[in-house]
Amino acid sequence: MLLSGADIIVRTMIEQECKTIFGYPGGQIIHVYDSLYKYRDEIDHVLTAHEQGAVHAADGYARATGKVGVVFATSGPGATNLVTGIATAYLDSVPLVAITGNVMSSQIGTDSFQEIDITGITLPITKHNYFVSSVEQLADTIREAFRLAASGRPGPVLIDVPKDVQIAKCEYEPQPPVQKDEKFAAKDIRIEAAAACINACERPYLYFGGGLISSDATDELLALAELIDAPIGCSMMGLSGVPTDHPRYLGMQGMHGHYASSMAMHHADCIIALGVRFNDRVTGNRAKFARGAKIVHIDIDGAELSKTVTPMHGLRGDVKETLKKLLPQLKAVKRPEWQAKIAQFKVEEEQTLDHREGMTPRRALLTLNRHLGNNTPVATDVGQHQMWAAQTVKFKNTRRFISSGGLGTMGFGMGAAIGAQMGTGEHAVLVTGDGSFGMCLNEMATAVSRRVPLVILLLNNGVLGMVRQWQTLFFDKHYSHTVLDRKTDFVALSHAFGAEGELVQTPEELDAALTRAFAYDGPYLIDCRIDKDEFVLPMLPPGGSMDDIIVKVGD
Amino acid sequence: MERFLLAVLVRNELGVLNRITSMFRRRQFNICSLTVSEAESSEYSRITLQADGEESAKEQLINQLYKLPDVVSIKELHEHESVRRELVLIKIKNDPTTRNDARAAAEAFDATILDYTKDSIIYQLTDDSRRIDDFIDLMHDFGITEICRTGIVALDRGENTIRKVNYL
Repeated sequence: MLLSGADIIVRTMIEQECKTIFGYPGGQIIHVYDSLYKYRDEIDHVLTAHEQGAVHAADGYARATGKVGVVFATSGPGATNLVTGIATAYLDSVPLVAITGNVMSSQIGTDSFQEIDITGITLPITKHNYFVSSVEQLADTIREAFRLAASGRPGPVLIDVPKDVQIAKCEYEPQPPVQKDEKFAAKDIRIEAAAACINACERPYLYFGGGLISSDATDELLALAELIDAPIGCSMMGLSGVPTDHPRYLGMQGMHGHYASSMAMHHADCIIALGVRFNDRVTGNRAKFARGAKIVHIDIDGAELSKTVTPMHGLRGDVKETLKKLLPQLKAVKRPEWQAKIAQFKVEEEQTLDHREGMTPRRALLTLNRHLGNNTPVATDVGQHQMWAAQTVKFKNTRRFISSGGLGTMGFGMGAAIGAQMGTGEHAVLVTGDGSFGMCLNEMATAVSRRVPLVILLLNNGVLGMVRQWQTLFFDKHYSHTVLDRKTDFVALSHAFGAEGELVQTPEELDAALTRAFAYDGPYLIDCRIDKDEFVLPMLPPGGSMDDIIVKVGD
Repeated sequence: MERFLLAVLVRNELGVLNRITSMFRRRQFNICSLTVSEAESSEYSRITLQADGEESAKEQLINQLYKLPDVVSIKELHEHESVRRELVLIKIKNDPTTRNDARAAAEAFDATILDYTKDSIIYQLTDDSRRIDDFIDLMHDFGITEICRTGIVALDRGENTIRKVNYL
């Protein structure tokens, strides 16, 4: 049938089984918004308060569902407002398709009103991007974008569509949704070599990241752990990949990781790394990182295999497919000595945990845990609250921890929580801090308009706590611009937005507030006051090693 | 540090060179020579690039290139298994006191004269990079006013082609 470019964009979205688009209209994408009006019974569009909120929402939607998130924005500032969100998705390998309008082709390159070179700007933060110069290419370009975004190591793809291409007409034939590229296992010869290495080791440690979740390989990971009697740890991006209460699971590893997990990695003689990329926040000083260990690294992205840490065995392949081939080649072993050592690390960890009474961050999150369902998505912003949540929040099912890892984007949480809620239909949670929340709290308006059932646990300490913690430890307590001398009344603010809110000072008040919040059909903010000098512990100082770990204040 | 030469077959799309060089810049790869032209089919362009780096940097460069959807195939061209050529144009002053020496040097290198005026001479030389370096060194004595050098083009010897590479 003969359709306009704008109609083709929306029809191709429907064809690709996209149910929800997040976005914001404007002059150079107005034709597409007219098509959204036409097809409003077939596809939902969520209007946010700001394009940044829209892209974070599409990101949260994608993380929580595993589907491709979609965001629309207009040219110029609409497009540049997506940049932080696209970069966030790029660093965390989130499948995303962003469509931006642009000025007429004839005006491109003339610095016309709201014209910006968004394909140029997003070149280093997208898997790929397109400038569509003719309407005939439009549908296939969108299809290829969906395939690219979801295949291999997922990531964001941007399509810039000038206004005349939205207006021009051409024949459109619906097609079935694109299939992801076929998953492949690593080469047999490499799997055999890795199997020999694992069979010869005495103290294996399984270390996984977001790639395990993308690959849906939790069952294979647990089977591997069982077979070779190994403990399991993860990067922050791996959180929720394994149930928190699994007996072999030691928790997140790294700068603010669990003591037992970090110690196990430090003492392992073989680290089996699955869909994870040895980021500096995990390794600390790379020269001192796990010196005694041979590393078997499985990743779909070959460029990760020797980018930072050189593995003894680098296996390029899908984690699940590769593990399926690896498992039959491994010997079943029991390692009582190694397990005894792990048990010892756990005891030591228990002694370092914060058991104080009162409104401590850990107490707040333990209280939250009692209210979480198996499928509750928990989004965070970035900072101390994020690390406390990463350490303490319990997960049962995968894709339930929604947090900006690689880019560390303050302001990510509010949009992401809305997207995660809409994708899953579950009552969602945002754990945030007063610094991060202040960056993108405008999306409260979106949550209210759409009646998004969302519990916002605001750990309010009046300071930019993570930077303050560094200033305390490494900058002689020069609290330069980290004291938020603001008078914001977050409860009143919630009410002003049309949301609910209350202030809590004790764990008991928090517990009761959470019951009310989860019963409320819409956004409900809990302003939870904590002390400004709470620390995220343990802490590996930047560039440090396990020898430098700080487990208690005053160390 | 080692110098290596890669041939990269890419889709002949708008902006593809920008995508490749943008990646080099942001990941801090040190490129010393780069040539681009349409390949045997107009669907593809062929990039020949020379870079300096350790073995690990080379591997990383190849892996990062393969992540770009426009990249079709990559082949390392080893010195003894490939033919490599560069072309240089050198403009020198046409000085009566040195023109005979310059001509003798050019003859020794099989360089040809493309332009000859009262004040200037342009020599052309097609050869491997080392011989071109040597020729430029020699010509410095005769007052070089301008140089334009193409960068390396190269093909594998024998029946090997860039299409016969399997990344996996």
